[in-house]
Amino acid sequence: MGNPMTEQTQTSEVKSSAQGETGKNPGIIRVEGMHKWYGDFHVLKDLNLTVKQGERIVICGPSGSGKSTFIRCINRLEEHQQGKIIVDNVELTDDIRHIDTVRREVGMVFQHFNLFPHLTVLENCCLSPIWVRKVPRKEAEASAMEYLERVKIPDQAHKFPGQLSGGQQQRVAIARALCMKPKIMLFDEPTSALDPEMIKEVLDVMIELAGSGMTMLCVTHEMGFAKTVADRVIFMDGGEIVEEAPPHDFFSNPQEARTQQFLKQILAH
Amino acid sequence: MTESTMKPPKKALTPVKWMREHLFSTWYNSLLTVVVGYLVVTSVGPLLNWALFDANFQGADASDCSGAGACWLFISQRLNFFIYGFYPDELQWRVDIMFLLLAVAFVPQFIERFPGRKWFGIFGMTGLPVIGYFLIPGGNFGLETVESTKWGGLMLTLILAYIGILASLPIGVLLALGRRSEMPIIRGLSVVFIEVWRAVPLITVLFMASVMLPLFLPEGMNFEKLMRALIGITLWQSAYMAEVIRGGLQAIPRGQYEAADALGLGYWKKMGLVVLPQALKLVIPGIVNTFISLFKDTTLVLIIGLFDVLGTVQSTVTDPAWQNVAVEGYVFVAFCFWIFCFGISRYSQNLERKLDTGHKT
Ligand SMILES: Nc1ncnc2c1ncn2[C@@H]1O[C@H](COP(=O)(O)OP(=O)(O)OP(=O)(O)O)[C@@H](O)[C@H]1O
Ligand SMILES: [Mg+2]
Repeated sequence: MGNPMTEQTQTSEVKSSAQGETGKNPGIIRVEGMHKWYGDFHVLKDLNLTVKQGERIVICGPSGSGKSTFIRCINRLEEHQQGKIIVDNVELTDDIRHIDTVRREVGMVFQHFNLFPHLTVLENCCLSPIWVRKVPRKEAEASAMEYLERVKIPDQAHKFPGQLSGGQQQRVAIARALCMKPKIMLFDEPTSALDPEMIKEVLDVMIELAGSGMTMLCVTHEMGFAKTVADRVIFMDGGEIVEEAPPHDFFSNPQEARTQQFLKQILAH
Repeated sequence: MTESTMKPPKKALTPVKWMREHLFSTWYNSLLTVVVGYLVVTSVGPLLNWALFDANFQGADASDCSGAGACWLFISQRLNFFIYGFYPDELQWRVDIMFLLLAVAFVPQFIERFPGRKWFGIFGMTGLPVIGYFLIPGGNFGLETVESTKWGGLMLTLILAYIGILASLPIGVLLALGRRSEMPIIRGLSVVFIEVWRAVPLITVLFMASVMLPLFLPEGMNFEKLMRALIGITLWQSAYMAEVIRGGLQAIPRGQYEAADALGLGYWKKMGLVVLPQALKLVIPGIVNTFISLFKDTTLVLIIGLFDVLGTVQSTVTDPAWQNVAVEGYVFVAFCFWIFCFGISRYSQNLERKLDTGHKT
């Protein structure tokens, strides 16, 4: 990812917004001693993580290490069995009201976009603002158009998802999540279902978003993206957080053997 | 999806070329064409003679029928009975209004560009049954009461089918959702309901509704026979509908549920706005199939003494005053059913085309 423009973004405003929040906030996401099992299978083991507002975290690790499961716990698409997850001062428990509150503040982008195929792009974006946030339709549409412009596809607003390319669909999915004006965005391998030529258009949108001070958790193997925008890179293996470091240290000076091994493999090609 | 002014080349076919391509392309196609052609030519002539050229249309009673062809005057003479049953002549305008409203609600559905046709359809599903509920039985607004025992003919068939269809769809949706619910009690109840009703023949349901239901109901609470039949048909139909819809629900990928969850839509909004619109669209052919078979199954009410269109015709063809008119009678019944079932089928095809958003998975 040798994109000179994105390198600039990193050094200027990106870092400052994160540091501005430091100190006064105990962390918009707090995960404490969290465990999760699928049946008898211990997927996530004693995870601890605090994310400050405006921080950008990249999570990487080998396949099956529990990255998806982890970020899906943060908006309760998966249930954890032990420990605490506190998002924006609301603890995720069985209480359905807590879950709803958290989901309203947390947007998610999926590997396979998961757009609603029976609704147009604009309707996809307006659905939740209208029905969950009770925004009047006109207002919701105007705001959706702004986000569609931000992801550079306002001209596709009246098409159906099935008529768009993968990259366009993923950008719609990002816009749809942003329309809820979330405080946190989760990305689960947003580019890994895309053809190489479309990856950049999605990453550019994500980099722009990172520049705007959004709190982001991204599961991705795009190491260029991690280097450019991440405040911290987290390496997971076997359901554990093995290593956690700022990108520069993470890539140039990994501490753990497993991290070194992983980086060797992923940077080999 | 860019617009282009270039059209695909049209295949120009002369009649001879067309025939060679479609009728005589291979030796067995040629043979088939000849055989089928022969059968058509030899059978269409006599059929036309019977149905049109030798048929009797004018007259007052059976003696005006020559017997050489169809005795259609039997139909026209008894048409009133076939349509309204025993509904009093002077009150039949009430039924006519309902027929008219039915046409107003549904004819626009077949005209692609009819303005506001959606609203006509919505009226057909909401206003129409409400008006019918007051108009047909009467008893309010100064309307004279007409006992449901007097209803019959095509009108009764339409009432049974219409209410059966209208009520079984939402109940079926709820049952299908219940069967996929994460709550064990709701899931269990739905499964039991569906499996019990689905495993019983409609005839049995109707018998039980008319004979056994009164035994279980508390003293003084008694529905009319028609009401009992309607409840039986609706519940029975709902069980079928539930399984058709469940098929659709199962075809919706998990990602759709997750995306709706992640956007904070609650259970009912997730189902109503995201999952059901897609699931129902997928199973339109199955739903329509169920509707059509219900429409025809309503004829079974004959055995509990309700006279639907088939019942009225059947009771007339055995009338000594009319002899050898059974074929005409049944052709008429078949035609009535065909018109409505074909209409339903055409409408559903329109709907499928309209709902196609180019998404194929
Ligand atoms: N619903 C489930 N039931 C049982 N096991 C599951 C389920 N979902 C995931 N797993 C298992 O949990 C482990 C972690 O899965 P997860 O999807 O979180 O991995 P991941 O790190 O996201 O991998 P990938 O890079 O392939 O997406 C895997 O071993 C997987 O097989
Ligand atoms: Mg994953």
